[in-house]
Amino acid sequence: MQALLISLQSEFYKSRKTLAFWAAILLPLVICGLIASGTFFQAEKILQRNYPPNVLWLNYAGAALGIMGSLILPFYVIFMAFSVNNIEHKNDTWKTLFAQPLNKFSIYAAKYLFAVLLIFICLVLFLLLTYGSGLLLHALEPRLKFDAFSPWTLLSRLYLKLFLASLGILSLQFFISLVWADFLKPMGFGFIGLIGGLITASKGWEYAYTIPYAHPVMALSLKKSGPVAIFTQEIYSSLTYAVVFFVIGYFIVAKKSIK
Amino acid sequence: MSELAIETKGLNYHFGNQKVVDDLSLQVQRGSIYGFLGPNGAGKTTTIKILLNLLKSPADTVFIFGQELNTHRIASLKRMGALVEQPAIYGHLSGKENLYNRCILLGVKRSRAMDMLQLVGLSDAANKKASQYSLGMKQRLGIALALLADPELLLLDEPTNGLDPNGIIEIRNLMVELTTKHDKTILVSSHLLSEIERTATHLGIIHKGKMLYQGHIEGLQELNKPTLLVQVTALEAAATFLNSKGYETSIAGNCLQLPYTSAAESAKVNSMLVLNGFEVSVLQLQKKDLEHLFLDITNPN
Repeated sequence: MQALLISLQSEFYKSRKTLAFWAAILLPLVICGLIASGTFFQAEKILQRNYPPNVLWLNYAGAALGIMGSLILPFYVIFMAFSVNNIEHKNDTWKTLFAQPLNKFSIYAAKYLFAVLLIFICLVLFLLLTYGSGLLLHALEPRLKFDAFSPWTLLSRLYLKLFLASLGILSLQFFISLVWADFLKPMGFGFIGLIGGLITASKGWEYAYTIPYAHPVMALSLKKSGPVAIFTQEIYSSLTYAVVFFVIGYFIVAKKSIK
Repeated sequence: MSELAIETKGLNYHFGNQKVVDDLSLQVQRGSIYGFLGPNGAGKTTTIKILLNLLKSPADTVFIFGQELNTHRIASLKRMGALVEQPAIYGHLSGKENLYNRCILLGVKRSRAMDMLQLVGLSDAANKKASQYSLGMKQRLGIALALLADPELLLLDEPTNGLDPNGIIEIRNLMVELTTKHDKTILVSSHLLSEIERTATHLGIIHKGKMLYQGHIEGLQELNKPTLLVQVTALEAAATFLNSKGYETSIAGNCLQLPYTSAAESAKVNSMLVLNGFEVSVLQLQKKDLEHLFLDITNPN
């Protein structure tokens, strides 16, 4: 446990100047900032439509959720899985990392956990910024009735679902980035997977849940009214992918001969 | 307590079908500077990677301070510091940050990082990005990283690579200081004998994965038998004549070559040849320097 924590601390230390780390903070800031300012400057148009508060919230939060779920989150996960491993490939530091007096599982798990934490931080920021900026918009423009409905439960469930739905892609891409040191293979594979996932999910293919890249989009599709069910088929599929590829990745690391 | 810091017993290692380490029995005494010598591709780096458990060794073949490496991996690694091939450094971090990162992993105080930078002469470049370091600076930072946890055993793979003459001398002095004043054991690999013959107390010469010589550096000198070269007319006849008198001779170029035993014996050979009608023009004692001896050992043909 101690080894896992210090490895995790080291991951944060050495990655804190990388794009993958800052993207976790900048993505929600920029996207939520753009949507909030767009809403503020278009307030008159929005007011003319006379949405009830819950629809107002859904439209507002849906802008960030839609673009996140379908494109930015999967792409960010692909890029981050690449970046976390590339930092060692590029600097040829696998050998020193595994020559440290720490068990190999801790080193590997810390890397994976670091990626999971970044996604978590990114999505929590999205949730907080979406909610906070809605309330701020109401304070700036009281006619926008963001105060009349609390989307907290709905949004937190959706973001939690999105988080769980991204873990399958993460494990798969993590595994690919661990095996191949170059940029093209993991990114190319991820990109093709992402397009395949988008097409199958949007066309409603019945086996789309078998493709990890389709999970975020599927996780956000609200079929019935009532509370958002978290553990749906695609989430179970995502978690299965996550566990299986995490374990395979460890065996690759444990057997990794550093030539 | 084992007297050996490193011991391998009949170690073999293959890359696919190619045998890169062949029945290697390495014995590194505590407190020694062990020069691990061999031409490029001899298996030095592979052996060092095996000693660090980066490449997996068969059970009961590698022992670090008497403990089997595979079953005591973490305990053994705690006692070792290493610099393998090119120093592995995060280019986007400064020299100081590279050391701080290692401090986190090893549970070492950050003040130690500054001491190490001072020791390897990088204090002025501490805040510069490591990707902007010269090869020599990277090598120094690699050595600082290896020394950070104050390990008992240091494995240095060609540590003077890329260093200027001053840097090479500094590293040599540092190695001597570490073993004499701080009781460290150092295994240092090189493909140049001249580079380590002044500092190493022990030598291991490896070629195509096999250990060809292992022992004190003086022992290598003893292997180096002096020869007597005799430049004489009628080489073949002279050789036959000396052979008939019980000498072991061979012809090397335009000279006869025979083992040197003493000055008196050389004079005797000379007078015998002259008395039997051969004209001796040169009589020369020849002793190879260590560099040639090393080349002879690693290239018998």
